[in-house]
Amino acid sequence: MLRGFSGGVHPPEDKTTETCAIEIVPPPKRVCIPFSQHTGKPARPLVQKDDLVRIGTKIGESDGFISVPIHSSVAGKVIAIEQYAHPVLGSAECCIIESTDSDEWETNIMENQNYEQLTREELLGIIKEAGIVGLGGAAFPTHVKLTPPPEKPIDTLIINGCECEPMLTADHRLMLEYPTGITEGAKLFLKILGAHNLIFAVEDNKKNAAEIVKQEGVDVRLVKTKYPQGAEKQLIKALLNREVPRGGLPMDVGCVVQNVGTCYAAFQAARYQKPLIDRVVTVTGTGVKESKNVLVRIGTPAIDVINYCGGYTNPPKKIIFGGPMMGIAQYTEYVPIIKGTSGIIVWSEVPDESEDPCVRCASCVNVCPMGLMPTEIYAFVRNKKFSKAKEYGVLDCIECGCCAYACPAKIRLVHYLKYGKSEVWRLSKK
Amino acid sequence: MKELLTVSASPHIRGKMNITLAMRLVIIALVPAFIFSVYLYGVRVLIITIISIVVSLVCEAVMQKMLGRKITIADSSAVLTGLLLAFNLPPGVPLWMPAIGSAFAIIFAKQLFGGLGYNFINPALAGRAFLMASWPTFMTREWLAPVGGTLSGIDGITGATPLTLLKNPANYGDPSVIISRLNEMETIKNIFIGKIGGCIGETSALLLLIGGLFLIIIGIVDYRIVVGYLGSFSLLALVLPTKANVVFHLFSGGLFLGAFFMATDWVTSPITNKGRWIFGIGCGVLTVVIRMWGGYPEGVSYSILLMNVFTPLIDRLTRERIFGEQRKRKGAKK
Repeated sequence: MLRGFSGGVHPPEDKTTETCAIEIVPPPKRVCIPFSQHTGKPARPLVQKDDLVRIGTKIGESDGFISVPIHSSVAGKVIAIEQYAHPVLGSAECCIIESTDSDEWETNIMENQNYEQLTREELLGIIKEAGIVGLGGAAFPTHVKLTPPPEKPIDTLIINGCECEPMLTADHRLMLEYPTGITEGAKLFLKILGAHNLIFAVEDNKKNAAEIVKQEGVDVRLVKTKYPQGAEKQLIKALLNREVPRGGLPMDVGCVVQNVGTCYAAFQAARYQKPLIDRVVTVTGTGVKESKNVLVRIGTPAIDVINYCGGYTNPPKKIIFGGPMMGIAQYTEYVPIIKGTSGIIVWSEVPDESEDPCVRCASCVNVCPMGLMPTEIYAFVRNKKFSKAKEYGVLDCIECGCCAYACPAKIRLVHYLKYGKSEVWRLSKK
Repeated sequence: MKELLTVSASPHIRGKMNITLAMRLVIIALVPAFIFSVYLYGVRVLIITIISIVVSLVCEAVMQKMLGRKITIADSSAVLTGLLLAFNLPPGVPLWMPAIGSAFAIIFAKQLFGGLGYNFINPALAGRAFLMASWPTFMTREWLAPVGGTLSGIDGITGATPLTLLKNPANYGDPSVIISRLNEMETIKNIFIGKIGGCIGETSALLLLIGGLFLIIIGIVDYRIVVGYLGSFSLLALVLPTKANVVFHLFSGGLFLGAFFMATDWVTSPITNKGRWIFGIGCGVLTVVIRMWGGYPEGVSYSILLMNVFTPLIDRLTRERIFGEQRKRKGAKK
């Protein structure tokens, strides 16, 4: 029997789109491609207004080690490089491209039948050049994650097909429809890391996906359907009973975790030299007419995707990029899909969000997968006792949202903890 | 123009539990014991309870108005305080007593400390303690015999409740006879069902047990406090020379009411798992100490109040282990 992790919650799954095959959204009239779509330094723009680009043309060069290049997802003309709405940063420098009807690819993009013969260094280069980042949501540059320092040997590569966020099924569909691509990508990662162990983790609410992936000959392990099962540290704990030390990374316990979408993107980069210019997104929620899984070009404004899905049912009250537990509420429907966008949830009504005082029920303490005491940290943050908040582990918070989900007083615990984190960082920089 | 979109921090979905629902579920869990009490001691129980609840609600509303807070009497927390206070009163007390008790509970123990969530001791128990200190005779004498039974649960002995008999058996006849009759199966059965004299809500261990288990199953009450409390209590009652057997002690007095419904009060008990064990065990130990060596026959309410005061300290000393935190410095992993 598998060990689990402590804490966690069981929100309603609402994975109604799990039977919706991935549909391809036609390229929009206009894409807005941010130069910062990853953790780390934004890419440096390579194009100017009026430049012509094709699909896959590099428009931003990676700037430093923790950075990746950005590519055009359509063929057309650059009409502006300017500040534009950004789903994570609020606003950021974007390359706005008006697409022509031609679907022309960059000419130097060619198929490579012999991708399996590529060396570790060549593969790393390809992955970096293709602009691949973690597609699970955090968008950390994949080539960095694949090059741990030599004193941290990796024995196990975990492929994360948990998709523990309610409502999202993009990874689920990807596993059902492209199992070979995913496992091929995973094998490339294994080769790069020199690890000997490959574990493919799937939550037990996706048994059909687990079966299909198993046929590819990899070690598929079912894990309990419990949020946040897909969080790296919790997943490693559940699979290997190893605990990533506080402030540490999976590599500290000999692991690297990669999302299934990332594997698929890496495979496409190695096999077809295709840069990361599109991704699968689940579009769902009460506010959208037809819930779907769609393959969308990076930079497509949310409204274009929503319109592809039949448009709004009622005027939208909330648009979320990501899942309902960790996603980010957007202020405009024009915000573009970026590499880390796993879902678009549209709600035509929002619940009452008023808070009651904390009654110390300890629900948050019991569900916190990191063993924190969210209500205590919340009290410290509210009273601006940031050093106390740090002492109680605010920096260990993974912002999974279990505490606020479980809170009977509906206190926005994640909001306060995020604020606490940013203040602790700010004060420590001084 | 279109309406603006709502922007708020994640998570965007919330669980179903809320404070009002939790309060109401606790009230529901208390209803069987309450109905049985009305049956046992008559309509007076109903009147006392209504007075207690109404005064609670009025005091809550007036205090919130005066302190410039939002009026939140609809959250049922004041109803629960009123109900619990009534449960802790003998059924024969004069009718002004529940009014004064719940006024003290709400005004002094709850609202003056900041209202719901900020009180450091259980308001209902504070109300009871206040009445106990001010009018001890009313609080320890105004028992009523249950329908078709006696105060003591023993045929022919009508002068006192089982715990009082145990404390001072010589006042009611031959001590050895009384003690042996207290330990009879028949007496213990009456005590378990609740056909004895006692406070309004405390007598039926059976119905409180059902209500308490219901709350544990739905996750409102943490079993750690209950098990810690009843476990340490039983253990001490077993090893210490207490004249009566463990089962007698477990079922008599307000132990079940205290262990399931008062010690487990969210606001005034610790929030860590380890802390909840310590809290429960502390309550159990203190209850035995008071029952055996204290001046009162009963020790539940004071033991809980005392442990309430320790709650912040317990929380501070029993922090949860953070994920990835090394307890001891074992040899670092290579």
